[in-house]
Amino acid sequence: MNEMTWTDYLPVLWEGAWVTIQLTFWSTIFGALLSFAAGLGKLSSNRALRWLSVAYIEVFRGTSLLVQLFWLYFALPLVGEAIGVNLRLPPVVAGILALSLNIGAYGAEVVRGAVQAVARSQYEAAKALNCTRRQTLFRIALPQAIPEMMPPFDNLAIQNLKDTALVSLISLADLAMRAEQLRNYTQDSPTIYTLVILMYFGMALVLTALMRLLARGVGRWRPAGR
Amino acid sequence: MTEPIIRFEKVVKRFGDVTVLDGLDFTVAPGEKVTIIGPSGSGKSTILRILMTLEDISDGVVWVGDEPLWHEKAADGTLKPASEAHLHRMRTRLGMVFQSFNLFPHMTVLRNITEAPVHVLKVGKAEARERAMGLLDMVGLTEHADKFPYQLSGGQQQRVAIARALAMRPDILLFDEPTSALDPELVGEVQEVIRKLAEEHDLTMLLVTHEMRFAREISDRVCFIDAGAIREEGAPEELFTAPTEERTQDFLRAVLDDG
Repeated sequence: MNEMTWTDYLPVLWEGAWVTIQLTFWSTIFGALLSFAAGLGKLSSNRALRWLSVAYIEVFRGTSLLVQLFWLYFALPLVGEAIGVNLRLPPVVAGILALSLNIGAYGAEVVRGAVQAVARSQYEAAKALNCTRRQTLFRIALPQAIPEMMPPFDNLAIQNLKDTALVSLISLADLAMRAEQLRNYTQDSPTIYTLVILMYFGMALVLTALMRLLARGVGRWRPAGR
Repeated sequence: MTEPIIRFEKVVKRFGDVTVLDGLDFTVAPGEKVTIIGPSGSGKSTILRILMTLEDISDGVVWVGDEPLWHEKAADGTLKPASEAHLHRMRTRLGMVFQSFNLFPHMTVLRNITEAPVHVLKVGKAEARERAMGLLDMVGLTEHADKFPYQLSGGQQQRVAIARALAMRPDILLFDEPTSALDPELVGEVQEVIRKLAEEHDLTMLLVTHEMRFAREISDRVCFIDAGAIREEGAPEELFTAPTEERTQDFLRAVLDDG
């Protein structure tokens, strides 16, 4: 049984990679939604909304993802017990939630920065046409800001892909977890971790390609080469 | 004389310690084409920006028609600072053409023009589109309707910006140095559009420019402003040929020698 070769590792690793892909996909989607909610919330004229957004962003940027993950998975159920609510999360939910909340906090600053970087003259033109604040934000400012968000979002998505490895610590069978299991079994660290590195790298390349497509889609109105 | 459509009453505008408008009194009659000239920093653009509600005022009252722009009449007849709702209502009477065009870069030419009529005035899409094509025809750009602003020259962009402002059917159109950002060979096409507007429409027009010959051609009245107040005003042929104030003479000598 110890005669496994590298081709025998692949099905096991692929199973883990599929979990990693799903975790990355969902946490990037939810993270993007949180980014817009908190980023725009921070720019809101509503003080409560602004305060809530700032609190969320600072807490999740200011603490470690690992601790957030452990808190959601190990501490939250106990808090729930104390107040009589079942807050026990399946590992995959806790994992996606922690990753989304974390990336959303970083993404919120990207959204806020990009919206604030829209030229003042654009806001003045919108005002001269009597657009409301809401129309100006959603119809004039955001469509111009979104293409500017794409390069930092690409970075965050890749960061997110790599951060998914942490969820193996709450017993999720992702790529990192499968690699660890194989290594325990075969002791063939060099082969296994070389394969794992290549697989993460391949996924990152695909992710960047997807983000580039998305960037082209939202920036059609810009001169080529920008 | 008819009631003025614009009236500045002892208007003061300060930016920090700098006083840009210093008790300005200024009126414009409905349909009148008025050009404001003066050295840079004299407050010319500030007058337009106050009217477009891009800058508030520090003191005095601005009237548009029989309503104060930056104030609302309280129940007891006194004036209190305007609410956003009041400003929103007042803005429907005004439109502005900016020095650097300020087209929306993410929208086609056509959508630049239909955007505000559809979403602000709630005009139907088909109607807005038809009217936009009419305006593009007026500025000679129908074949560019589906292009994005970056695909147009500065002169073409500014003509689109004029069409965009007109699409909102303002009573008063403000031009803030509309040709200053253009390459010299593109100035003419934009001036041609403004000249046509001035001749064919009863729109009230307020223009800030450094193009003295153009000011002379299209204005009913020219105002020379310096250090935050109007120093001299009159019909263009009087003001340009026989200015009475020494400051006006100095200014005109300087700019006319230049150009």
